[in-house]
Amino acid sequence: MTQLALVIDLNTCVGCHACVTSCKEWNTSGTAGPMVDRNPYAAEPTGTFFNRVQSFEVGSFPNTQTVHFPKSCLHCEDPPCVPVCPTGASYKRPEDGVVLVDYDKCIGCEYCSWACPYGAREIDEQQKVMKKCTLCVDRIYDQSLPEQERKPVCVLSCPTSARIYGDIHDPESEASKAINDAGGYQLMPEWGTEPANHYLPRRKVKITVHQEDLQRADNPLRKEDRGPRAPSTRTTLDDSTSW
Amino acid sequence: MKPALSVIFLTTLIGAGQGLYLAYYSAEWFVMLNILPAAQVDYSGYAAGLSFLLLLTGLLASFFHLGHPERAWRAAAMWRTSWLSREVIALPAAMLLILVYALLKMSGNDCLVFMLGENIPISIATLAGFGAVLAVCALFVCTAMIYACLKFLRQWHSPLTVFNFILMGCASGFTLATAISTFARDGRFDYFSGMAVFLTLSALIFRYASLSRNKRLRGPPTLQSAIGVHHPNIRQLSQGAMGGSFNTRAFIHTYGVSVLRLARRGFLLMGFIVPVILLQFSAEASVLFFAIAFASQYLGLLAERWYFFIEAEHPQNVYYQMIS
Amino acid sequence: MAANPATKREIKSTTCYMCACRCGINVTVEDGEVRFIQGNPEHPINKGVLCAKGASGIMKQYSPARLSKPLRRKRGVPRGSSEFEEISWEEAFSTISERLQQIRETDPKKFALYTGRDQMQALTGLFAKQFGTPNYAAHGGFCSVNMAAGLIYTIGGSFWEFGGPDLERSRLFVMLGTAEDHHSNPMKIAVAKFKRNGGKFIAVNPVRSGYAAIADEWIPIKPGTDGALLLAIIHEIVALGLYDRDFLLQYTNSPDLVIVNPDSDEYGLFLRSDLEVEQTCIEPANKMWWDRNLNKAVYSHSDAADPRLMGEFELEDGCKVKPAFQLLRERVTQYTPEWAAGVTGIDADTIRRLAHEMGITARDEKIELPIPWTDAWGKEHESVTGNPVSFHAMRGLAAHSNGFQSIRALGILMTILGTIDRPGGFRHKAPFPRPIPPCAKPPSSPEAVQPGAPLEGMPLGFPASPEDLFVDDQGEAVRLDKGFSWEYPLSVHGLMHNAITNAWRGDPYPIDTLMLFMSNMAWNSSMNTGRVRDMLVDKNDDGEYKIPFLIVCDAFHSETIAFADIVLPDTSYLERYDAMSMLDRPISEFEGPVDSVRVPVVPPRGDSRPFQDVLVELATRLKLPRFMNLDGTRKFKDYKDLVINYETEPGSGIGFLAGWRGKGGEKFMRGEPNPNQWEMYAKNNCVYQHELPRSFQYMRNWNRGYLHWAQDHGLIRYTDPVNLHLYSEVLQRFRLAAEGKRKGRQPPDYLRERVRTHFDPLPFYSEPLETQTIDKDKYPLNAITQRPMAMYHSWDSQNAWLRQIHAHNYLFVSPRVGVQNGFADGDWIWVESAHGQVRCMCRFSEAVEPGTVWTWNAIGKASGAWGLDGKANESQKGFLLNHLINEEIPSKRQDYRYSNSDPITGQAAWYDVRVRVYRADDNEPRQSSPQFDTQPRVPGMEPARGKWQAFVKGLTK
Repeated sequence: MTQLALVIDLNTCVGCHACVTSCKEWNTSGTAGPMVDRNPYAAEPTGTFFNRVQSFEVGSFPNTQTVHFPKSCLHCEDPPCVPVCPTGASYKRPEDGVVLVDYDKCIGCEYCSWACPYGAREIDEQQKVMKKCTLCVDRIYDQSLPEQERKPVCVLSCPTSARIYGDIHDPESEASKAINDAGGYQLMPEWGTEPANHYLPRRKVKITVHQEDLQRADNPLRKEDRGPRAPSTRTTLDDSTSW
Repeated sequence: MKPALSVIFLTTLIGAGQGLYLAYYSAEWFVMLNILPAAQVDYSGYAAGLSFLLLLTGLLASFFHLGHPERAWRAAAMWRTSWLSREVIALPAAMLLILVYALLKMSGNDCLVFMLGENIPISIATLAGFGAVLAVCALFVCTAMIYACLKFLRQWHSPLTVFNFILMGCASGFTLATAISTFARDGRFDYFSGMAVFLTLSALIFRYASLSRNKRLRGPPTLQSAIGVHHPNIRQLSQGAMGGSFNTRAFIHTYGVSVLRLARRGFLLMGFIVPVILLQFSAEASVLFFAIAFASQYLGLLAERWYFFIEAEHPQNVYYQMIS
Repeated sequence: MAANPATKREIKSTTCYMCACRCGINVTVEDGEVRFIQGNPEHPINKGVLCAKGASGIMKQYSPARLSKPLRRKRGVPRGSSEFEEISWEEAFSTISERLQQIRETDPKKFALYTGRDQMQALTGLFAKQFGTPNYAAHGGFCSVNMAAGLIYTIGGSFWEFGGPDLERSRLFVMLGTAEDHHSNPMKIAVAKFKRNGGKFIAVNPVRSGYAAIADEWIPIKPGTDGALLLAIIHEIVALGLYDRDFLLQYTNSPDLVIVNPDSDEYGLFLRSDLEVEQTCIEPANKMWWDRNLNKAVYSHSDAADPRLMGEFELEDGCKVKPAFQLLRERVTQYTPEWAAGVTGIDADTIRRLAHEMGITARDEKIELPIPWTDAWGKEHESVTGNPVSFHAMRGLAAHSNGFQSIRALGILMTILGTIDRPGGFRHKAPFPRPIPPCAKPPSSPEAVQPGAPLEGMPLGFPASPEDLFVDDQGEAVRLDKGFSWEYPLSVHGLMHNAITNAWRGDPYPIDTLMLFMSNMAWNSSMNTGRVRDMLVDKNDDGEYKIPFLIVCDAFHSETIAFADIVLPDTSYLERYDAMSMLDRPISEFEGPVDSVRVPVVPPRGDSRPFQDVLVELATRLKLPRFMNLDGTRKFKDYKDLVINYETEPGSGIGFLAGWRGKGGEKFMRGEPNPNQWEMYAKNNCVYQHELPRSFQYMRNWNRGYLHWAQDHGLIRYTDPVNLHLYSEVLQRFRLAAEGKRKGRQPPDYLRERVRTHFDPLPFYSEPLETQTIDKDKYPLNAITQRPMAMYHSWDSQNAWLRQIHAHNYLFVSPRVGVQNGFADGDWIWVESAHGQVRCMCRFSEAVEPGTVWTWNAIGKASGAWGLDGKANESQKGFLLNHLINEEIPSKRQDYRYSNSDPITGQAAWYDVRVRVYRADDNEPRQSSPQFDTQPRVPGMEPARGKWQAFVKGLTK
């Protein structure tokens, strides 16, 4: 059974928000749109986004890590938002595991958002229906797009390739391999929601310098001190003996 | 959680309506069983009618919670999985049966169906009323389970939530019944007021139990688990939006500790203590005392329900602590 | 997605302009409206990816801050009150051209043209030159000119457009002073790939944000001390012999002998042989080495020579000489890691370890590519080798008054590690490498400015000696901004940041008309913002404004618009033709020259017009020579026409665009104009990319094949090898003049000490100039800004999506600073410098060096500007750090002030400012300070948008 998902590499995410606005741009004009903004040019601007990048600081100076953390619907394998929906507007597609909202059925009761521990759902405050990441279902099966573009738009736009898309149930997929190779993990695993999206942790590269590395026979400094010596100005045995 | 006003009205109004209905319908059985004296004028039809109106008002209030009330009919679809969907079935069912009961009672056109034993006449109204009792009980459970089933909202995820909804609904219903009975002088005062005191005190005990349980609950999920970074010292720097988002508006309240303390003391006092005191007056006292008792209790329960939302800490809030 | 069959849908390729990165985009246009903007997978810069800004282009296109009508300040209302009336373009053109005509015929330097980060300097520079004014520059002076100049004067190229780290093959990458870069997407793509390939990434930055977040190691450094760190690393590498000796011998001036007789007039200059050499703009190849075997001076680069890098030698005539490397070695002796630790706040062991990691990685992980090539001296090499240590740096190093020398130190570190134009190190991008310094020179005397005539020489260039300075007989500046004067001799990008102050003061002279394009000089592009705003409205005793006429061209309702006498509405980037030209800053790749264009995908909004068309029109009305045919008729219809038909000189075959030249588009780089050039670009993703043969892709400073190719294709005049300037004789020439030891031009006496101190041929560390003048105990903190990745300077507050991400800014401070000064996270605080104060909110952060406070650049806005509501977060909670930064610093000469800039290049020293912080009183307003009167909307802007905005298919509802 297919479970499409995103694998987000925190090791390369620089927090540029490319995924945030490319998502907004594609989806507001796409089939999931519009994504409405309130106070767009006034105080406290706010709006519907399917994806946000947050930043966290880990540790204290000077051992601080700054972690940029993109967050969108995790397309849980056991999505708590789905069974609570009274109308069936919130559903998980059996064929690919994508969790979606049918805007035409949604009554805007917000109950699904209460049930989601991740805060992945945002109601559109003008349209009054619940919205969330669709994994760009209107792209990923669109036969009119070249195959390499049949991916969620956040994945295509990410400048650091920090977003890997694929079927995490297919062990051969790039996403599954990334999870296995780099220790991909789920968010709030204790809740048992089995998020399909995974995150890859920071990985640190170190260079080990051995003291011996600093001592080499070919050290260029030796070229500077081994010049021909000038002749001695004093008499030597060599000058005065002849046995 | 940020309190949802329409939901507060919905749950408190229908709770009182359900309690009121249960009070009068149970009284009718006690009359039939000769435990209570028969009344000169039977107000149970009117009481059920009032109960219907309370349920109807609650239902109307609930529509304000919906983004698309015109699609509310769709909400019955998922009764297999969704407690909300089940409530959406139970509520109109209860209303319908209570309405049938009330109309039959008020019109006097009830007719006997059979005799239970030798001297218990079972009329259509009695049957419809019994159906209504089942629906009302189901409704109590459905309404409470909407909250209690959300396992991530740990303050709600407890049998106490169900007991509280039932006890508080019944308590406020019996208090209201007491007031009606004082007015109607139908001889049911002692039963209603006694039950009201009993239910109110029971509700107080259970609510207190849930308050202490919630106080002892460990904090929300940690940032460590929320972002999967295992370090004892993590702080949020930005949440990706500075003008707020649905996540901050729907789930994060900004009331200070003093407001919360006031609300907590307020609902304990008005919802429980004041009604119990006022219910000590005798049947001869002015109906005003009991009307005040109900008003106080209802307002107290509004505050309680408001506090119920405030108490619930949504795990998503861990992602929405700081902007920059 | 299934399109409505009635919908006319097209996908058009063009080039993004949400920042200066210049990615390829595909714009979906439906019924004349933009529906989607996506990265172009075929584009060499971004390969399909797109950043947050790029994806928000729609919100810029449909922004309510757009201007759409030419405007004139209402008669009788004071400047700055932002009251305008609509005028026609004809009226605008005739008003401006009449005024400019008058100026041109009398004193052309009374017209000043300063532009922002516009990517059209080929045209604006041409206009200024043809007009005859020297007073022209773009934003480089207040951006990162130190980075350009410091490296160009050292390695013949620089970062970003000019070159960059080869992260494909690098093993150790060190990034200094860069949070987010102009070279945005390519850098992100490359860094991510580098990390996946297992390389180690070190970020040196006072703040850990942006790129530094994903670094394997963060080195928090005190601002302005990078030079000290780099010199200490050089110290360690030289002391341990971790430098690439072979590289230094062959490709740098390290072994070249320098005269060190203290009383010689040629002290510090290279020993020159009697060899007959051609005198070119590039340094003549007649230097000498000290041969190890012969133990005497020999011609440099002679076949059997085996030169020494160290030692002191005496020539037969008693002249004492040392190899340049020996001088560097002596210089860095004092710069021990322990010394640097005290300056930079980085402990000595870490500095030493960094040096070891760099040196050992460079030495032990050598790359060899099987690419045969021939060097400039005719020696054939079987392969290209490289040392996989690379660097990138930007404004964090540049925007200090000691930045030039810090960057020289960086260039020298890269050089001694043997990493220049080699795999895994730094690689050039065409048209670089260029001679050190490049041949273009500024005019050298006031006579270059003549009424009614073009400027003699280029408005901007690269001085190689005092004779190239643009000064009068007294040694005083000819340019308004004092560029190329003894105050800022190598100000190769001008000093836009002082143009207004100087014009206001009338020093060196008052001007008549100032024309600003796309630069927000009344707000975030000026230091001392409040005062500059006052200067713009200040009047002489006769009631005339001190800057009598101000023309502002912009697409948006910026703070500067309010001060204009004439406003010219520019188009958006989706509405015009642009050329990312070889004559300006192209988008070349390591593998060869690349340039690109923008083509309009939607018609201009309202009556807006591309600024380039405006300039072509004005130039034609003014009958500027290069814009006219010989018979006096108009030569160019518009910018589109000019781009394909203009040649640098008649018949030169070099024009704005390098691709598809020649009548049928069969030539590149050089060839006659092609009437279908635009169409050919449009058909090819708007990009022309030429990939050099692999043997021309490396070692280009010394690669005979490449140098010949570059000369043949008009990139360079000379094919001489470009040896790296470990030791800068160019700087020494200025120093000798300052010491009075050199014939020719002399600095005015009051500048001698300044020039002597800073024109050191070897890098040195000195405290930033402003720091030297203020009480560091009173102002203990450094204050800096960083540009967020989702905002391009001031541009994007009018963008409904991007402003949700950065609606206002906080001052980030270490919690220790909060504790010491008695305030808590989120409190309102005052930030005070010796110059001014700002009230803002603070945010505690552990990701900042505790002696530094910082904020995002240019998020704070003036109330009402940029089409925003007067109560928007940007003006009420956001703040601008610029108010704290003075644009001038005191000099020892009475009543005389220097620009707050690098004394070599005139680079604005934004990051030198020092501050203290304290809690704002509880009874103060919870509002940022200073505040300005709300700027009203102007005619031609659409009315304020409503509470809701939903964007679908090109419609805003």
